[in-house]
Amino acid sequence: MYDTSDIRKGLKVLMDGNPYNVIEFQFVKPGKGAAFTRTKFKNLLTGAVVERNIRSGEKLEPANVDQREMQFLYKEAGDLVLMDQQSYEQVTISAELIGDAHDLMKDNLPVTVVFFNERPVDVTLPTFVFLEVTASEPGVRGDTSGNVQKPATVETGAQVSVPLFIRVGDTIKIDTRTHEYVERVNKT
Amino acid sequence: MIRGRVLAIADGIAVIRGERSDARVPAEPSWRPGDLVAGRAQVVPFTGGDYPAPSTEVARLPRPRLQALQARARALATLREVFAARDFLEVETPLLVPAPGLEIHLDALRAADGYLITSPEYQMKRLLAAGFERIYQVCKCFRGNEHGPHHATEFTMVEWYRGFAELDAIIDDTEHLVAAVVRALGGGHHARVAGRTIDVTPPWPRITVREAMRTHAGITVTGDESAPDLAAAVRAAGIECEATAAWDDAFFAAWLARVEPALAALDRPIIVEDWPAPLAALARRRPDDPRVAFRCEAYIGGLELANGFGELTDPVEQRARFESELAIRAARGRATPPLDEKLLAALAEGLPPSAGIALGFDRLVMLATGAASIDQVLTFTTSEL
Repeated sequence: MYDTSDIRKGLKVLMDGNPYNVIEFQFVKPGKGAAFTRTKFKNLLTGAVVERNIRSGEKLEPANVDQREMQFLYKEAGDLVLMDQQSYEQVTISAELIGDAHDLMKDNLPVTVVFFNERPVDVTLPTFVFLEVTASEPGVRGDTSGNVQKPATVETGAQVSVPLFIRVGDTIKIDTRTHEYVERVNKT
Repeated sequence: MIRGRVLAIADGIAVIRGERSDARVPAEPSWRPGDLVAGRAQVVPFTGGDYPAPSTEVARLPRPRLQALQARARALATLREVFAARDFLEVETPLLVPAPGLEIHLDALRAADGYLITSPEYQMKRLLAAGFERIYQVCKCFRGNEHGPHHATEFTMVEWYRGFAELDAIIDDTEHLVAAVVRALGGGHHARVAGRTIDVTPPWPRITVREAMRTHAGITVTGDESAPDLAAAVRAAGIECEATAAWDDAFFAAWLARVEPALAALDRPIIVEDWPAPLAALARRRPDDPRVAFRCEAYIGGLELANGFGELTDPVEQRARFESELAIRAARGRATPPLDEKLLAALAEGLPPSAGIALGFDRLVMLATGAASIDQVLTFTTSEL
């Protein structure tokens, strides 16, 4: 069983027989009142989002899900096509169901696919992906603000804020949980 | 002279992070990103490879954080001026104590043979009993299992007391303190919350808990109704609440669903007064209506900034409340630390009629700087340690 201190994005729990994924949570404690965690869950089967307040001390039942390592093949009409590298079995999952992480998925990316009752319900990306910058304004000149970031587009089409020294053609490391730039990767 | 770390060099221009601002200057040919430079000299060349490297995490506090730390220091200096002008004595009481606060929903952390304080209240009241009339303290407090956008386990409290005074004098202190800090941090008369500005000019509007619940939740709260009756009223108002909820849980279900959002939408701070007796904590009950207590909360833009009491000075009632809190803690399987017998003894010897308040310093800095999360105004967050 999980308690409120286990709640984090991506935690999979079973409520009323349905598997849910935690997508957002916030600690709330009114002065002189009991603490709870206001939590948004996404139903892994339907994509429907529900909000519940989980009180400190309350327990959550883990969802009995299987996780399999698979390879992302390609995107097709809003679906992601993935392949099991051992059995060569292919599965499809709606891109919508997995949220905004899919715009960081490059062909052949190894991912973890979550199955509930043999049905693929979620895709977890590696924490970091390495993508090439395909468009970004060059340089520093004229920019007088203190914020040393600029927008860049990477090969999968995602938009990321990057430091000024990043140029088109650089490969950058991106945190898939936050969509944030981590560092430039030395070209080998 | 420009001094700081070279963040980036592009097209012959270097961005240098100094203590107070980032500067753009022509780059010397020898400079590389990551170097510490002073004037034209490289003082400490960066040897960590390509900058920024993960190993530089500890040296790279973001610019907004450096600004937040300067804001904290200014806020602290300002509040000391406000208290000095009002003839308060600054005191320091121990953070490590044998008998911590017993409030039902707080977890005191164990340390050595005792506990870290959840507030300096008990020891400050002993100072009132010892004869000090106006005392204030700025100290760290610790509350286990609290971490969120408005909560940190270790945080900074400003707490002050007036002997021979009523809660109104403490509210006046609060209003002027907040206004002075907001002004000192460059906000003029306005605190900033979630992109909105809130005029903090004293005096602030006030509302009683009963009025707030009636107006914003359509619920009548007397303070002496049973828990099932209150839960039924909350459910009848269309608010999710278990029929068997405890009194305080039923109250906060309605408070958080309807009242707090309404208070958050105001463009002025608000003082919420006359809290029902089940939420009185260490406050004295009103002699003209003992179903409510002399307790107030200051809300700014929905953020609970300060909690004040007309202090309970009766040692018999104080002991009864401590024992009832311990019984509830035991029934809910929570820790049952010892009673502070020295505080009870001080009350028995006589505490003047007093009022006091505890104000979250980190939250005050958030309001004055427009920070969205407490992490933005802490020196180091938990994950950075």
